[in-house]
Amino acid sequence: MLRVEKLTVGVANETILRDISLEIPKGEVHILFGPNGSGKTTLVKTILGLSGYKVISGRILFLGKDITNLSTNERVRLGIGAAFQRPPEVRGVKLKDLLRLTARNDLEEIINDLKVDRNLLNREVNVKFSGGEIKKSELLQVFAQNPKFIILDEPDSGVDLENLNVVGRFLAKHLTNKSALIITHIGYILKFVRAKKAYVLYKGRIAMEGDPGRIYEKIKREGYAFALD
Amino acid sequence: MRWIEKCKEKARRAVNKPPVYGHDIDIGLYDISLELREGKKELFPGAEKRFAGSYVQIDHSVIVEEVSKQYKGEIEIMRIEDALEAYDWLEDYWWKAVKVDTDKFTALAELKLHGGYFIRILPGKKVELPIHACMLIYHDRTLQNVHNIVIAEPNSEAHIISGCAIRPISRGLHVGITEFYIKKGAKLVYTMIHNWSEDTHVRPRSAAILEKNSTFINNYINLRSVGSIQAYPSFVCQEDNSRVSVNSIVFGDKDSIIDLGAEIVLKGLKSRGEIISRAVAMDNAQIVMRGRIVGESNESKGHYECRGLLLSDTAMIHSIPELIGRRQGSELSHEAAIGKISRDEIEYLMSRGLEERDAVSLIVKGFLDIELMNLPEQLANRIKVLVDMTTEKAI
Repeated sequence: MLRVEKLTVGVANETILRDISLEIPKGEVHILFGPNGSGKTTLVKTILGLSGYKVISGRILFLGKDITNLSTNERVRLGIGAAFQRPPEVRGVKLKDLLRLTARNDLEEIINDLKVDRNLLNREVNVKFSGGEIKKSELLQVFAQNPKFIILDEPDSGVDLENLNVVGRFLAKHLTNKSALIITHIGYILKFVRAKKAYVLYKGRIAMEGDPGRIYEKIKREGYAFALD
Repeated sequence: MRWIEKCKEKARRAVNKPPVYGHDIDIGLYDISLELREGKKELFPGAEKRFAGSYVQIDHSVIVEEVSKQYKGEIEIMRIEDALEAYDWLEDYWWKAVKVDTDKFTALAELKLHGGYFIRILPGKKVELPIHACMLIYHDRTLQNVHNIVIAEPNSEAHIISGCAIRPISRGLHVGITEFYIKKGAKLVYTMIHNWSEDTHVRPRSAAILEKNSTFINNYINLRSVGSIQAYPSFVCQEDNSRVSVNSIVFGDKDSIIDLGAEIVLKGLKSRGEIISRAVAMDNAQIVMRGRIVGESNESKGHYECRGLLLSDTAMIHSIPELIGRRQGSELSHEAAIGKISRDEIEYLMSRGLEERDAVSLIVKGFLDIELMNLPEQLANRIKVLVDMTTEKAI
């Protein structure tokens, strides 16, 4: 479904990602591990085609089509959706008004499963949202879009334990049979989500790939330092 | 009528007095000898249900002045000249909030009066439906000098929605004097929507005087290109516990020159004043937003907030906040910010599938937030549609 081929990416004249290759087939969930600053979010934003993320070499294929030079909304229209880790505040735009323009799925089930406080819908998007509110709002938005391929950037960081369980159970249910790439540095989400494959991103390169459970255990035991080898 | 002669005499001395703000206008360019059209027309269908009363003036002719059936005895609406005939006591309100010799425009309005409305909400009456007032310019090169007086009698409540517009192909000069008197315990919401053309110049001269425990919410919305607008209305919280909030949403495009201010004078003990402004400037629009709050009483509070969104490098927004404290117990503050829409926000919305243009339009619509205006829901919805249409057309 999504294929990244030998991707090298620069941000403001600095190379952040080098020679990244990964492939997520239809119906599989893959995990991208990596410490802070390893380039995980850069990869998400490059896949989405946001400005400032320059593809130096390599390409991105989605459903067999080269999307490397498409605009963000064209990629989204093809079926890519993302939940961001730190989305910007959009003053004056209420969450419900944005959803009215973007939602293709029934919101009720998502709202209930995520236990979204309905007041959140009447607030300006991301303005003074707490960590938990951001996660819920991002997940609500991306699942409401009903994309063919879902990218989740750190759905399990900066959330209290109670909300973490809500988010985990939500993803367990809603990611079934879906194609997704989940970015995480702490890995809690693995308790809830069945993933087929994992990668470790370290200093801008894929340092390791393999079974998610085994890699997670290794990270817990040794920290990310093993990736230095 | 000695007093009115005195007014005219003062006005005559000010006919050449240039305005303090905004560029001067050659009044001679505008034709003032227009034929008056005769005869009143019926209210448009459904007006009785939507409005408590209506006043519609086209050029110099009053087309509608009517109080809806169920509000007879609660409000009075008439052409200002008729009110001057009917009420001797209007002397106490005539040029008592605005000075007749402020500048050549006030002088002109006194010397060549072309109508205007007198709206009075009677004591203790709570009028749920809005009162509708409308000033239109139809003929090319019309000079429209109107003098409006609005009196909210003690403990009354009402909402006036006022629209001013011009036939798009016409040029015009609109001079609108509006004097508001908000009596003890009264509450008035006044919402003015301007819809002019690129060849219209607008010089409103307004002021309000608030008595004890009264509230005045003054909303201003400008949605279309205009030749120039210059206004600096004054709101005087004369007595204790009076509250005024002045909100404006200004959208400037093409070569519009807009210089809008609001002055609040806090004289009454515990009086409160707030000015909130939002300005969007596109193309070559030049927008000056002035806010001045004068604290003359103890335990008074004033706040000015101005936010500007610049959508072009040939446009300009100039925010001028002024706070003048004259009592130690008066708390005054201001905040202002001018900027562009951040790329991050646009791309975030694009990552939800919106086209870039739609993303910008959504953010601008959100910025021009009419919720700050405290409007009744129906009216808010209607105005929101107008704001949305303007934004979509412009972007």
